[in-house]
Amino acid sequence: MHRGKGMKFVGDSRVSADRKASQIPKDYSEYPGRTEAFWPNFLLKEWLAGAVFLIGFLCLTLAHPSPLEGMADPTNASYIPLPDWYFLFLYELLKYEFASGDYILIGILGIPGLAFGALLLAPFLDKGPGRRPHQRPIAVIMMLLALTSVIWLTWTSAEHVDWEARAEMNKPIPPSNIEINKDDPGYAVYEANCMGCHGDALQGVSAPPLIGTEHTAEEIAKIAREGINTMPANIFKGTDEELDQLVKFIMSVNEQAE
Amino acid sequence: MLQKIYDWIDERIDITPIWRDIADHEVPEHVNPAHHFSAFVYCFGGLTFFVVVIQILSGMFLTMYYVPDIENAWKSVYYLQTEVAHGQIVRGMHHWGASVVIVMLLLHTLRVFFQGAYKKPRELNWMVGVLIFFVMLGLGFTGYLLPWDNKAYFATQVGLEIADQVPLIGPELKTLLAGDPEIVGAQTLTRFFAIHVFFLPGALFALLAVHFILIRRQGISGPL
Repeated sequence: MHRGKGMKFVGDSRVSADRKASQIPKDYSEYPGRTEAFWPNFLLKEWLAGAVFLIGFLCLTLAHPSPLEGMADPTNASYIPLPDWYFLFLYELLKYEFASGDYILIGILGIPGLAFGALLLAPFLDKGPGRRPHQRPIAVIMMLLALTSVIWLTWTSAEHVDWEARAEMNKPIPPSNIEINKDDPGYAVYEANCMGCHGDALQGVSAPPLIGTEHTAEEIAKIAREGINTMPANIFKGTDEELDQLVKFIMSVNEQAE
Repeated sequence: MLQKIYDWIDERIDITPIWRDIADHEVPEHVNPAHHFSAFVYCFGGLTFFVVVIQILSGMFLTMYYVPDIENAWKSVYYLQTEVAHGQIVRGMHHWGASVVIVMLLLHTLRVFFQGAYKKPRELNWMVGVLIFFVMLGLGFTGYLLPWDNKAYFATQVGLEIADQVPLIGPELKTLLAGDPEIVGAQTLTRFFAIHVFFLPGALFALLAVHFILIRRQGISGPL
C-alpha cells in the first residue's frame, strides 16, 4: 500500500483514492469550480473572519458585564425563578394546560422528547435522496414549525419579564460585616418609615437594597419624599429634621460598606 | 530545516495523512465565501468551535479563583468580578460565550438541516452533532448554578423538580444530580461543579473528536 507523500485522496476526505467504495462522495474535481489550498491561503481568511468575530464578542462582554445577583438565599420565598434564556421555551411550555398538572409528562417528556428525538433521528425519518428543501417538504415544514414554536415560546416567556427591575431588586451586596447602629437617631426614623420594604439591615426585601446605592444624600431625601419607579410618593411621613437624620443614617451605613 | 524535520518524523510515523487532515487539503469553491458570499453559512460550525475554545480557556482561568462550596462560591465570584484584574472580562467571556455558543450551534444545525447535508453517508455525523447539542445544553444547565446567586439557586431548584417528575427513575435522577432527595445545597453545588468541569467536557471532547474525524473522513457535502 502506498504511504506518505504523494498519496491521492477523494475530495477533501481522508479516504485514499486507490480504494474505491460506494459510500464515498464524489471527488471535488467532478464539481466545476475553483478550489483553494487550506494551508495557508484559506486559513488566513478564516483567521481574519475569526478576529472580526472575536472583536465583536469582546465588545459585547465589555458593554454588558456578566450579571451577578445576591448570594443564594434558600429562605427567600418571594423569588420568582427564571432559567437561562435558551431554556425559556421549555419553561413556558410547562405553563400550558395540556403540558402541566395531570399532563405534566406530556410537557416534560412527551413534547420535548418527540422534538429532540426527531431531531436526533432526522436522517432516518427523511430518507429520500433529494437534498434541496423543496424536494423534502415534510421535513422542512416540520423544522419550520418547531423553530417558530420555540421562538414564539421564548418570546412569550421573556416578554413579561422586567429585566431591569429584576436586576435592581437582586443587586449583589458586598460581603462585609456591616453593623447597624441601632442607637443612631436615624435608625428609629428608618424603622418607622422604610424597614417594611427595605429590610432590617437595609438589605432589601420587597424593595431594592439601600446598601451600595449610587444616589447622593440630596437624591435620597428627594426619593423618600417623592418616590421613585414603583415606590409611591409620601411614604416618608416625618419632619425635615427626621429626614435629615434618616439620610445621614443611610449614608453612614453606605460609607461603612465601602 | 523544517522540511528535514518533517521528513525525519514522516519516515518514522507516517504523518502525511495527519498533516493532510489538519492543513494540506483543498477547500472547494462552494464553501468559500471569497467566491460566493452566501457561503458564509459554512462558517457557523467553525465559529461554534472557536467559541468552544474560548469557553474552555476562560473556564480554565475561572477555576483559578472559583471555590465550589456554598460558603465561598458566591464570594469567590464576587471577588473575581470586583477585585481581580480582568476578572470581569474573563467571567464575561464565559458568561456570554455560553449564550453565543448556543446561537452559533443553532445556526450551524439549521444550515446542515436545510441543506440536507445529513443525508447518506453523513447520518452518523448528524447524530454526533445533535449529541453535542445536548451536552452543550447540559453544560448550560449545570454552569448556571455555579455562581450560587439567587437566580442560579432557584432555577436549579425548578430544574431538579422537573427531573423528579420523570416516571420510575425521577427521584433517583434527582438524587444523582442534587446529592440528596430533598436538599439543594452543598452536595448539589459540588456535583454540578464536577459535572460541569469534568464529566460533560470529557463527553464533549470525545464527541468533538468523532465529529471532526468523520468530517475529514467523509469530506464536506457537495454543492446543492
